Amino acid sequence: MAVLVLGEVTGGELMLDATAKAVTAAARLGDVTVLCAGAHASAAGAEAAKIAGVARVLVAEDATLGHRLAEPTAALIVGLAGEYSHIVAPATTDAKNVMPRVAALLDVMVISDVSGIVDADTFERPVYAGNAIQTVRSADAKKVLTVRTTAFEAAGTGGSAPVETVAAVADPGLSSWVEDKVAASDRPELTSAGIVVSGGRGIGSEENFAIVEALADKLGAAVGASRAAVDAGYAPNDWQVGQTGKVVAPKLYVAVGISGAIQHLAGMKDSRVIVAINKDEDAPIFQVADYGLVGDLFTLVPELTGKV
Amino acid sequence: MKILVPIKRVIDYNVKVRVKADGSGVDLANVKMSMNPFDEIAVEEAIRLKEKGVASEVVVVSIGVKQASETLRTAMAMGADRAILIEAAADTSTDIEPLAVAKLLAAVVKDEQPGLVIAGKQAIDNDMNATGQMLSALLGWSQATFASKLEIEGEAALVTREVDGGMQTIRVKMPTIVTVDLRLNEPRYASLPNIMKAKKKPLEEKTPADYGVDVTPRLTVVKTVEPAARGAGIKVGSVDELVSKLKEAGVL
Ligand SMILES: Cc1cc2nc3c(=O)[nH]c(=O)nc-3n(C[C@H](O)[C@H](O)[C@H](O)COP(=O)(O)OP(=O)(O)OC[C@H]3O[C@@H](n4cnc5c(N)ncnc54)[C@H](O)[C@@H]3O)c2cc1C
Ligand SMILES: Nc1ncnc2c1ncn2[C@@H]1O[C@H](COP(=O)(O)O)[C@@H](O)[C@H]1O
Repeated sequence: MAVLVLGEVTGGELMLDATAKAVTAAARLGDVTVLCAGAHASAAGAEAAKIAGVARVLVAEDATLGHRLAEPTAALIVGLAGEYSHIVAPATTDAKNVMPRVAALLDVMVISDVSGIVDADTFERPVYAGNAIQTVRSADAKKVLTVRTTAFEAAGTGGSAPVETVAAVADPGLSSWVEDKVAASDRPELTSAGIVVSGGRGIGSEENFAIVEALADKLGAAVGASRAAVDAGYAPNDWQVGQTGKVVAPKLYVAVGISGAIQHLAGMKDSRVIVAINKDEDAPIFQVADYGLVGDLFTLVPELTGKV
Repeated sequence: MKILVPIKRVIDYNVKVRVKADGSGVDLANVKMSMNPFDEIAVEEAIRLKEKGVASEVVVVSIGVKQASETLRTAMAMGADRAILIEAAADTSTDIEPLAVAKLLAAVVKDEQPGLVIAGKQAIDNDMNATGQMLSALLGWSQATFASKLEIEGEAALVTREVDGGMQTIRVKMPTIVTVDLRLNEPRYASLPNIMKAKKKPLEEKTPADYGVDVTPRLTVVKTVEPAARGAGIKVGSVDELVSKLKEAGVL
């Protein structure tokens, strides 16, 4: 069987970690072809060719494929779909935007956020904010899936797959890009960081978030946040961890001033070691924390920053 | 312009979900059900567009069991004008898949000719995040998912989207499908008088057969299990103790 993986290409660059994790999942299903699409995608294609286990790379470069607008990207994938039994992408916001559209155009059901592969037709995925794991069997001729990156190890590098160019399809002209607001940061990327320090409503203000950021920087960690912290404007939206934000599974997750609502736990409870700092000893976050520290975050967090 | 808002009746987000011991699904008996929280945001946005004079009518539609009529009444109490219930299942544990929902919605769109569909980004029960994108594909319309800001500019809509890297703004051609994210607005509560008024608003009842849509699932649920539980942790007494534990665990 042949599997098409949609490489995660942002601004012409391959997001190696997310792509390599999708490759691991896809390699369980058949021979892997990675598609890199964008206004500029050849550099990304060259990177993808080095991922171990990739048999072939397709590069589609066209101005209409910039910014990963759903309509031209989905049309491109559908045009290539013929020879593949599975079409797989890492469950990023880009892929969540594109893959259901691809599935509907192929008249198949999308299988979102796959966390386990049982066989070529059977997949596991979390439902109800991760409170249940469902095993589903697809009766569709082609399987279109997004995979939860925290559930798969990244494939290594060292491959040298051949790279071919494919043509973009005619742009349906339904949407156009206006602007990106991306905060540049030297910190590691949230979903692939080894350590994540997250702040919640208990932080109290945007200025106070500096306490969380100082600890993160000392640890070389990424910064996350609860929905309440994002809603209150303490932290940007792309820091939200949870059922409807990002899913992370670092080796260390530190939750500061976060109560531990199920929607938050859904995004971090697969972390290897969880630390919770909260003044409420009954906060539900302590039920999943390996190490809980009860007290005022405004004294404990700076102290911790000084001691690590 | 007419706005169509698909709303789903789901287990309330505050309910602790329990998986049935026999692996057949989650326990929905006597559990509080509510409107999917993202759909409340979608309804709110539609009502605001009507209040601003951009929209003329807000139609809500729900696909599922007949009890979804309560959810539709809630949306009408918030301010939607009328409702369509497509009764597609008799058993409350039957979930209609996004592909089938999208096909039914596409048929409703052909009947109703809305200029805009506003859906939730994700149903908090199946966590699929698919229906809006699928509907857009079936109609050949533009799509703008995960919206945190929406402005209608005549023939186009300007939509700011919450994406992994931050925010992206795109311009989509109308008619379009927008799926909403958490920070688009704060939904209003329905007042008691409006709840009473909503009882008299029109609610049309349909079935998938009326639209000629086959809702047979493509995915068979083989089993549903609880996720692996985490082992119980400990409380540490001081920052020093925490640091030494983390060093022992090899994470510092
Ligand atoms: C549809 C939907 C989707 C959602 N998606 C997400 C999601 O993806 N991610 C997410 O996180 N949430 C999500 N939520 C929200 C979730 O239900 C909770 O409301 C949210 O996680 C709470 O955030 P919090 O823990 O920061 O705030 P709170 O629950 O208010 O907790 C704040 C905590 O800080 C502690 N605290 C306060 N001051 C101090 C201090 N000085 N020192 C120490 N501790 C202190 C308090 O004891 C408390 O435990 C979603 C909700 C809905 C309805
Ligand atoms: N059964 C349904 N009835 C009405 N709307 C639905 C239904 N299922 C999904 N939707 C809409 O599609 C959105 C996304 O759902 P999903 O793709 O299932 O995550 C929801 O927020 C609703 O707006």
